[in-house]
Amino acid sequence: MKRYILKRVGFAAISLVLLSVTIFLLVRLTGDPTVLLVEPGASQADMEAIRKQFGLDRPIWVQYGHFVSSLVRGDLGHSFYYRTPVLELYLSRLPSSLMLAAAAMAFSLVIGIPTGIIAAVRVNQWWDSAGKVFALLGLSLPSFWVGLLLILFFSVYLGWLPSSGSGTAAHLVMPAFALGWYFAAAHMRLTRSSMLDVLGSEYVKLARLKGLPEALVIGKHAFKNALIPVLTLAGINLVIMVNVAVVVETVFAWPGIGRLLYEGIAFRDFPVVQATVILNGAMVVVVSLLVDILYAVIDPRIRLAR
Amino acid sequence: MNGSRAATLPVARRLSSLRSDGFPTIPVAILGLLIFVAVFANALAPHDPEVGSLGERFRPPVWQQGGSEKFLLGSDHLGRDVLSRLIFGARVSIVVGFTAVLVAGVLGTGLGILSGYLGGWVDQVIMRLTDAWLALPALTFAIFLAAVVGPSEMNIVIILGSVYWTRYARVIRGEVLSLKERDFVRLAIVAGCSKRTIMKRHILPNVLNSAIVLGTLMLGVVVVTEAALSFLGVGVPPPKPAWGLMLADGKKGMMAGYWWLTVLPGCCIMFMVLSANLLGDWLRVKLDPQLRQL
Repeated sequence: MKRYILKRVGFAAISLVLLSVTIFLLVRLTGDPTVLLVEPGASQADMEAIRKQFGLDRPIWVQYGHFVSSLVRGDLGHSFYYRTPVLELYLSRLPSSLMLAAAAMAFSLVIGIPTGIIAAVRVNQWWDSAGKVFALLGLSLPSFWVGLLLILFFSVYLGWLPSSGSGTAAHLVMPAFALGWYFAAAHMRLTRSSMLDVLGSEYVKLARLKGLPEALVIGKHAFKNALIPVLTLAGINLVIMVNVAVVVETVFAWPGIGRLLYEGIAFRDFPVVQATVILNGAMVVVVSLLVDILYAVIDPRIRLAR
Repeated sequence: MNGSRAATLPVARRLSSLRSDGFPTIPVAILGLLIFVAVFANALAPHDPEVGSLGERFRPPVWQQGGSEKFLLGSDHLGRDVLSRLIFGARVSIVVGFTAVLVAGVLGTGLGILSGYLGGWVDQVIMRLTDAWLALPALTFAIFLAAVVGPSEMNIVIILGSVYWTRYARVIRGEVLSLKERDFVRLAIVAGCSKRTIMKRHILPNVLNSAIVLGTLMLGVVVVTEAALSFLGVGVPPPKPAWGLMLADGKKGMMAGYWWLTVLPGCCIMFMVLSANLLGDWLRVKLDPQLRQL
């Protein structure tokens, strides 16, 4: 167990180093980073000052050391637009993002798990085909288009829901649906296949042979074990959602991290863009590490297999 | 007579077996149509997709009140013809989609073969890189890249290729691992073929099926990502007609109820992605028994 955790932590550390190196190099190799780091329309003297401040005239490994040490200290630069430290901005937007992701996740599980179970129990019947169509549509419709259609229908034509902004529960409905839609399909697919796996196993056969009613076999014996991979995926998907939300948040003007990233691009506010990508990437790496470890704790086969 | 019968029969049988497996006629027809439209966009489009007249803004489609035959599917906020923009948008999506899939495929398949066949430290390095790359959130990373290198069609292709190669690398490596234990590869080694020849002549042809299946499935992902990037303003630069860009423009007229600017480009994206996914699913079952479980 200890070895497994150490190994996973090691891989996660490699991912983080690679993330920082990639971002560092990309900014420096694709042109003069001063142009990105300085505010649009800055004077020659300002550019020189920035070059000095970030040590851009020094050798590249010195620059990288500087970059990493400021990352570790939590210094991610200042936003040109908001005139505040980027880290502060990011943290102030994080709760909104998490709220949206949590709502979308709840929606995707409430839809995905029951439909997945029905599709597995009634495999190759009408329900299963309907589920396949649903999964295909879920995976094929871009979330931002779903969002736009929702606005068009529920805000413009029916006038039931607010088209943008945040604050009330009504504001949350459409963004959560647009964001959760794709994941509902993904969770349904996984629930179905995991449920089929479990239903074919020996202990379920035994439960049936014992003469347990089918509802009990499915609801109590099969369901619990079939849920493990789904919940694992859901844990990782929650952070993925925070990342993918950039388009949905832009559509609904939802004040989360995705919106921050969009503003960073729109206002050419490079420190914001860079910091958001670094923090989002780090969040994904850390959460997948935690999920992997938790999974190994729950299911001994995982750690023994490696 | 007999000869020709013998020659046609297997083909006929093959065709009918394709049909019985639910050959995705409609998806293939849609993709074919999109390719046709993309190739002959110049001849098919009734107007210039990038030039409009402000006097004719927000014209509804022809069947709605106030619509005219001049703009069959209406006009946008700059008075540009929506139909023409959709037609030229197909060209953008097809070109960007196919080339990005190709770039990702060549890169990922190449690295996957090297990693699987050579093993050892090469394998370790490539797989650690793949793992790390897979851990990064694809869309956020693509946005970052696009923000750094600036928007253009060429850059989008490079970005999508460099974000999505990992999926090929993983799958192809797994296949190579089992292929290299097979007799024909061992024979080639005994016969004295160089590693390079074995990888090129013996391994590559055997993983091509998987690469094609993956590529078809990736086409949908790539098209959606391109649309999302364009929608956010870091993809195809305006005034070029890309479907994602049209959706971003369409937002401006949405609150006034100009539905055609939002619904139509989205439908195009949806049809293309659905078709690619359906074709990919079918190819997977047909070409690649090992991937059936996926």
